[in-house]
Amino acid sequence: MEYILGILILSAINLVAVLGLSVLTGFTGLFSFGHAGFMAIGAYTSAIVTARLHLPFAVGLLAAGLVAGIISIGLGRLTLKLKGDYFCIATMGFGEIVKPLLNNWKWVGGARGWESIPKYGGISLLLPFAVAVIAVILSWNLINSRQGRNMVAVREEELAAQMAGVNVLRSKMIALVFSAVLAGIAGGLMANFIGFIAPKTFNMVKSTELTIIVIFGGLGSISGSVVAALLLTVLPELFRAFSSWRLVFYGLAVMIIMIGRPKGLMGGLELTPTSLRKAAAARKAKRDTAAATAEGEKR
Amino acid sequence: MLSVRDLHVSYGGIRALRGVSIDVHKGEIITIIGANGAGKSTLLNAISGILKPSQGEITFNGAPLKREPSKNVKLGICHVPEGRLVFANLTVKDNLALGAYLRTDRKKIASDLERVYELFPRIKERSSQIAGTLSGGEQQMLAMGRALMTDGDLVLMDEPSLGLAPILVHTVFQIIKEILRLGKTILLVEQNANMALKIADRAYVLEQGLIVKTGPAADIASDPAIRAAYLGSKSVAGG
Repeated sequence: MEYILGILILSAINLVAVLGLSVLTGFTGLFSFGHAGFMAIGAYTSAIVTARLHLPFAVGLLAAGLVAGIISIGLGRLTLKLKGDYFCIATMGFGEIVKPLLNNWKWVGGARGWESIPKYGGISLLLPFAVAVIAVILSWNLINSRQGRNMVAVREEELAAQMAGVNVLRSKMIALVFSAVLAGIAGGLMANFIGFIAPKTFNMVKSTELTIIVIFGGLGSISGSVVAALLLTVLPELFRAFSSWRLVFYGLAVMIIMIGRPKGLMGGLELTPTSLRKAAAARKAKRDTAAATAEGEKR
Repeated sequence: MLSVRDLHVSYGGIRALRGVSIDVHKGEIITIIGANGAGKSTLLNAISGILKPSQGEITFNGAPLKREPSKNVKLGICHVPEGRLVFANLTVKDNLALGAYLRTDRKKIASDLERVYELFPRIKERSSQIAGTLSGGEQQMLAMGRALMTDGDLVLMDEPSLGLAPILVHTVFQIIKEILRLGKTILLVEQNANMALKIADRAYVLEQGLIVKTGPAADIASDPAIRAAYLGSKSVAGG
């Protein structure tokens, strides 16, 4: 039971980080391979606030989001003018800078990592799920707002958006800060639910994993990101029976699904009650026409 | 209306504009002609705010222009960028609606949409079609229509005839003349110097980042040196 709960908490934490990245990558079109850096900043901030300053966990989480957000503004100022691939490489560099800085910071445990971070049990175990739900609602509202539509316009045709009067730099900045705040909060949750953090947890593999989840779910789909975050966190656990072969199966599963659905699980569409009803209606209509033609052929 | 003074723009170490000054008065069609890489597009991009000049000033209706394109759109600069960038996944109508993104005057937007449809009947026919499926010429018209929907007073056009069939080139230039009649002012950058000089009031010749000649379009068109460099010997013979 505790094992299953642990996996669910881990999926919720991943989901929070993935949602931010979904807005940045899926909706604004900026690829990042450095968001584990923001998770690290959030994790260490929350750990310092709870373990060293002895403040409540909620304060730690807010501080985690805040510090990650502020640092992302600095990063954005420096890098958001870069185009496509160059921005991606710059974020990669950022993620790689955070790690050695933490490795050399003895006060927070250095490279060996930091144990004895306060862990929370009981009712607090619901917190990651509550945060995940809030993150889904915030992301959904953001992408359906004027700002969200600006982001999609930037993704689709940056120069044309600019010529229509969209402040491209500001839209990109909002997406970057939003994604960094969520990554920071996810990091904070991770620190206080696992109770141990080390700089190497937040390496490029983690950054890549987050981006893979977004692409796997389908760029430009919040519900796709949700499904993918849950699936790709649970999947490696399901393959645990294969022991050392587990990551091979995980990789194969990702490849097979990407070949089958090249635009990701949701392919830019959303899973909502209305869309489900529409899909059902379309399927029914197709069946009806097929039946009608079959009948016509019989005659 | 628009005044550019001693404008310098560099890309890294390459100086694309080296002290360009131009004036555009209300109700004119001004054309800037020049070879590939002379700095024509750079000039338009600097005016609309996409590129940051290293030196010089640009004033529009007496006030300096901003360094942020979206603010200049609000001031009345509408830029039709090179390569007809349309939102390929949206319908023609939604593309036009996006042009009016910063505006709130619904009635005027509706009447402007009608005007754009009058100007481009082909666009009206295809208003519910996805923009990515339009032909090159239609996309150019859509990009022009979208710029008009911003209701800016000064229209910057970057190579509107690029890659179009000759018959469409003619149509596009006819439409530019009609846009002038809507009360707009036009700054046109063209490689097709022949056509541009036919419809323009005045012209500037840009060479390697410098204005080398300026004057009434007719004078420029009959200048022997310009004819040889930009209009080709064929048009000299044709007179």
